[in-house]
Amino acid sequence: MTAHLTVQLAGPAMTLQDLGRPGYRAQGMTVGGAADPTALYEGAALLGQPPTHTAIEMAGSGGAFTPGRDLRIALTGAEMAASCDGETLTWNASHLVPAGASLSIGGARNGAYGYLHVGGGFDTPLVMGSRAAHLACGIGSVLQAGDTLPLGSDTGHATGMTLPASDRFGGGKIRIVASMQTASYDAETLARFTATHFRRDARANRMGVRLDFDDEGFSSDAALSIVSEVVVPGDIQISGDGAPYVLMFECQTTGGYPRIGSVLPCDLPRVAQAQTGADLHFEFVDMADAIARQSRYLSELKTLKSRVTPLIRDPAAIRDLLGYQLISGAISATANPLEKES
Amino acid sequence: MTDWPKIRTVGLSGLLVTFAAAMTEPANRAALAFRAAVEAQDWPDVLETSTSLVSVFVQFDLAATPVAAMQDRLRDLLAQQDWIAAPLPSGRTLWHVPTVYGTDLAPQLEEAASAAGVDPDEAIRQLSTSRVRVLTIGFAPGQPYMGELSETWNIPRQQGLTKSVPAGALVIAIRQLIVFTNATPTGWRHIGQTAFKTFRPASSAPFALSPGDELVFPSVSRETLHAIIASDTTGNGGAETEAIK
Repeated sequence: MTAHLTVQLAGPAMTLQDLGRPGYRAQGMTVGGAADPTALYEGAALLGQPPTHTAIEMAGSGGAFTPGRDLRIALTGAEMAASCDGETLTWNASHLVPAGASLSIGGARNGAYGYLHVGGGFDTPLVMGSRAAHLACGIGSVLQAGDTLPLGSDTGHATGMTLPASDRFGGGKIRIVASMQTASYDAETLARFTATHFRRDARANRMGVRLDFDDEGFSSDAALSIVSEVVVPGDIQISGDGAPYVLMFECQTTGGYPRIGSVLPCDLPRVAQAQTGADLHFEFVDMADAIARQSRYLSELKTLKSRVTPLIRDPAAIRDLLGYQLISGAISATANPLEKES
Repeated sequence: MTDWPKIRTVGLSGLLVTFAAAMTEPANRAALAFRAAVEAQDWPDVLETSTSLVSVFVQFDLAATPVAAMQDRLRDLLAQQDWIAAPLPSGRTLWHVPTVYGTDLAPQLEEAASAAGVDPDEAIRQLSTSRVRVLTIGFAPGQPYMGELSETWNIPRQQGLTKSVPAGALVIAIRQLIVFTNATPTGWRHIGQTAFKTFRPASSAPFALSPGDELVFPSVSRETLHAIIASDTTGNGGAETEAIK
């Protein structure tokens, strides 16, 4: 019989995500999938399974979950407060959640999207080759309290593993290459664009991240004459009011707004994970530099598994530390060991 | 050598071959024909291809295949023939999609007719007999942009947005028609209503239309459309199809 993970409490924007549905662009559908695909590879490395397994993506905050069988989990992406039956769980690590236990995941501390991976993945029905919700296309839906998610069979055993912390949280410098309309912006506008410290707007979602700024917009005459053409995740569109939007994996397939640049795929998780108000600024790199960075990123994803190490528990995080017999066999410094107990 | 076609990189996602600076029928035909030619090459490093109005996107991993190598391959293919004069690809379908024009189901028929300078009856006569081609699919899954209608229908989008038109709505602007996939706000005028579902995610064939397919929207009564809706299990909304020879 298939075991399930029951959603007891659901944050406002939790969805099932995997690596998405490539191959349907010609018919109007972008790939979709996890906003931070790096996290899927981390979860896979921690659980020793393929990155194609489906995970729960939690935007902003998590929820409470109870598995119907002993369940290996991994927690990746933006760090969230997590506990199992009240005992704190380390983020960026794998754990065992016993059948019937309550796994609780709170608000994001340093990023936008946290991920809950399970051993064996989720075994929900495939829709067009993927289990990912693509809300913009009407596939799947936001997870709700009471949902029961079928669990795939888990052939792995290891838990209590961790990965070195990633630096992709909290925004920062984002590398971009020239895009379709970059040349139609004058040098002064491009210089102002790369000198501007933008802030992630609160309205950012899986389709795109709007960037706030204080000065005038980044308009171009090209905006009036663009015939609708392909757009890809990472493209920075300048909308009608002059504000930049970084397109994410659930964006549309075509667009008619000018694009001032395109974010390197390896830097897109950093845009996805910038929380509301976080600083984002852009630097143009040439194609050779971009390809070198992207190649390095892809090879790092492949070797993530070799960076997994056993989790050393932090005594400060053990809730009932005083209940542990930590000094078994120790002797008293003041008692006379030769004196017989009476 | 003219400036067209142009080949440009799209981020690190691929190359875009553009045949013209603006939408024209020959440039759209060139895009459809050239995409079919790229597909026929079956290059193993090409992940997917797609067209927009006048361009072809060839997606590949720029970190795995050198850009210059793919550019050379595309230039060689471009040099093989005059793509602007190319015939449309084979294997296309002609669809007849029953449509209610005007009434409360499609309240902007009269407004569109007036913008085009014809009376409503003449508008329905022209629109219900015009055969249009899927120029591109986009904005929403399976959603076709179809054209080109006669110059009479070179009417602008309206200034404001209609708050929401329903799925299956037939809308018009700039010599083009769209059947909407989902209910959506729009600046295009709502002239007809169909029961045609452009996107069927639960089906083994989730997308009804392909770029290059052709459509006619014959006029039917409200009663006929309601009967179609009551009995339709396929999503075709009563549409009939024939292969384009």
